[in-house]
Amino acid sequence: MNVISPPPVKEAPPPPDVAKALRGFIADVGPTVALSLESCVHCGQCAEACQFYVQTGDPRYTPIHKIELFKQTYNREMGPFSFAYKFLGLAPALTAETLTEWQDLVYDSCNMCGRCSLICPMGIDIADLVEQTRHGMYEAGLAPADFLGAIAEKEHLTGSPFGLTSEKFRDLLHEIGAAHNVEMHVDEAKAEIVPTVSSIDVKTYPGSMAAIAKILNHIGQPWSFRTDGFDADNVSLTAGDRAGQETISRGIINAAISCGARILVMPECGHSFTEMRWEAANAHGQDLPFRVLQITELVAESIQSGKIRVNKVKQAATYHDACQLSRRGGATAAPRVILAALGVDLHELEDAGDANWCCGGGGGVALIKRAQPLRDAAFAIKKKQIEASGAAIVYTSCSGCRQTLDHGGKAAGWSTTVGSLLELVADNLAL
Amino acid sequence: MTLLSFARGPGMQLATLILIAGMFWRLSGILLLRRRVAHAAARNPFAARLLGGGVAIFTRTIPRRTFWPRVGAGVALSYVFHVGLFIVLFGGAPHILVIHEIFGVAWPDLPKGVVVVASGITLAALILLLVRRLTHPVLRLLSTPDDYISWVIVVLPVATGILLSGETVASYGTLLALHILSIEALMIWLPFGKLMHVSLVFAGRFMLGYNFSRKGAAT
Repeated sequence: MNVISPPPVKEAPPPPDVAKALRGFIADVGPTVALSLESCVHCGQCAEACQFYVQTGDPRYTPIHKIELFKQTYNREMGPFSFAYKFLGLAPALTAETLTEWQDLVYDSCNMCGRCSLICPMGIDIADLVEQTRHGMYEAGLAPADFLGAIAEKEHLTGSPFGLTSEKFRDLLHEIGAAHNVEMHVDEAKAEIVPTVSSIDVKTYPGSMAAIAKILNHIGQPWSFRTDGFDADNVSLTAGDRAGQETISRGIINAAISCGARILVMPECGHSFTEMRWEAANAHGQDLPFRVLQITELVAESIQSGKIRVNKVKQAATYHDACQLSRRGGATAAPRVILAALGVDLHELEDAGDANWCCGGGGGVALIKRAQPLRDAAFAIKKKQIEASGAAIVYTSCSGCRQTLDHGGKAAGWSTTVGSLLELVADNLAL
Repeated sequence: MTLLSFARGPGMQLATLILIAGMFWRLSGILLLRRRVAHAAARNPFAARLLGGGVAIFTRTIPRRTFWPRVGAGVALSYVFHVGLFIVLFGGAPHILVIHEIFGVAWPDLPKGVVVVASGITLAALILLLVRRLTHPVLRLLSTPDDYISWVIVVLPVATGILLSGETVASYGTLLALHILSIEALMIWLPFGKLMHVSLVFAGRFMLGYNFSRKGAAT
C-alpha cells in the first residue's frame, strides 16, 4: 500500500500586532505631521495625481485614503480633540482586520513618489505620511513578506539586502576592476570621496561600479570604496523598519567618518538618496560631517568646475527623473547639466522634472510580487510618454527605475534602450 | 429677551468665545507638539526657506497646469463658491457696517443687486459641490459627517442672507435673528471640523513650502 504523506501545512502568518502598530504610528508625530493630518478638506485632488488611481479608477487608491488608519489613530490618541474622538467613538480603534485590509494600500499601491504632495491645495506631504504609516505597519508585522519584508529583514541583520559580506564585496570590486580595466580603491585609510552602491547594481548592473571608479579616478581626488559600509539601498526605509533604516545609515556614516571623507556619494538610487541626504542626519543627531551628493550631483558639479571633461555624443535621448532625486530631493537640474555637457539631443518627456510620473517600481513596490499588475498599470503611463518622446534611448539616474523600465519594456516587447546616465558619462570621459 | 437680542448679545458672545478658544486649543495642540529638528544641511539659507514657505501659500492656490484636465472643473467650482462668499461677506453693506462697528474700518459697499446675485451663485455652487460629493466615487469614499455638517453650516448663512435681502418669508427681525444665529453656528463649528482650513491652509502650505525649499525641491 502506498502511503502518501500529506503536504506540509503552511503556517498562517501571525495576526498583526495592533499595539505595536499604534505605537509605530504615533511615535514620531510632530507639528508638521500633525498639521498634515489635521488639514485634509477631502477635495480628492490627490487621487488625480496618483498613477494607481488614474490607471485603475479605484477610489481606494486615493493617496490620502491610504493613510486613513494613521489619521484615525492620531485623532483618537493624540490630536487636540482626542478625548472627544475616543469617548464619542468618532474615530474607531485600530483592529487587526483594518490593519490587514490597509496593507495593500500602504505598500502595493504607493510608490511614495510624492506626486500627490505636489497637487495638494492644503500643502499636505502625503508621501511623507505614507512613510510614517509604514512604520506602524512594519511594527505590526505587515510588511509584505515577499520580497520587501524578507529583504528588509536580511538588510537589517547583515547590512545588505542580499546578505553581501564585506569580503565578498571586496572580491567583487576587484573582479569588476579587472574586468573593466579600471583601478579600484578599496578600504584605503584616507579618502576624500567615498562612494556607495545599490544592491540592484551589485545584482544586475555591476558595470555601474566600474563607471563610478572611472569617474572618480578622472576627478583625481583621493577616493575609496569602504567594505565596512557600502550598501546604501536602504530597503528598510521603504519597508517601514525605522531601526533597520538607521542601522544601515549608521554603518555607512561610520565608515565614511573613519577615513575622513569629505563627500559621501550616493549611487544611482532614489530612496537611498532620500535617506542619506535628508533623513540620516536626524538619526545621527547632528548634521553629517561630510557632504552627501548623489552621483549626478557630483558629476554635474565636477563638469561645471572643470574637473570632469566629457566628449560630445551624437545621440537623441530622453531622460526619466527618479522621483526621490527630482521632486522629493531637489536634484532636478544636475542630470540636465550632464546631458547638456554631453551634447545629448534631449527630448524631454511630458511632465518631465518635478511633475514626472513614477516608473511604477518606487517605494519598494518593485519588491512586492503580487503588486505586478498595479506596477504594470503605472508603467504604462511612463511607456506611453517615452514612446511619445520619439527617442530610442531613455536614460535615468536610478537603478531601481532602470530595472523597472527594463522589465516593463521587455514585457511589452519594447525596442527602446534603457541606459544609465552614470555609465554614459564614464564611457565618454575626455582623456 | 427676543430671539434677535439673544442672537446679537449672549449668542454672539458665546459663539465668539467658542471660536477663539477652540481655534486656540486646536492650533496649540498641533503646533506645540515636540518638534523634530531637521539636522541635514539645507540647500537653501533660512531666509530663502521662509520665502519658499510664503510663495507656496500663493502657488498652491491653483494646481499646476499639468493637473488641470483632471481637476480643473472641481477646482473652478470650488473657486466660484469661495469667491462668491468673499464678495457677499466683504461687499455687502450690512456686513461692512458690522465690521466697522467691531474693527473701526470700512470700505465702499457693492450694489445690493450684485451681492444678491453673488449670493445666488454661491448657493448654486454649494449645491453643485454637494451633488459632486455625493456622486464622485473618490469624494464619497473620503467624506465623513464633518463634510456634510460643514456644508449645512455654510449653506445656512448664505440661504438666510438671501431670504433676508428679500424680506418675504418672515419679518425682518426674525430673518435677521436666524441669519445671525446661522453665522454663530458656523463660528461654533469652525474650530472642530474641516472649516478650520481657514487657518490651517496657510500654515500647511507654508510648512510644506518651507520644508521643500530646504531640499531645494519644487514647492
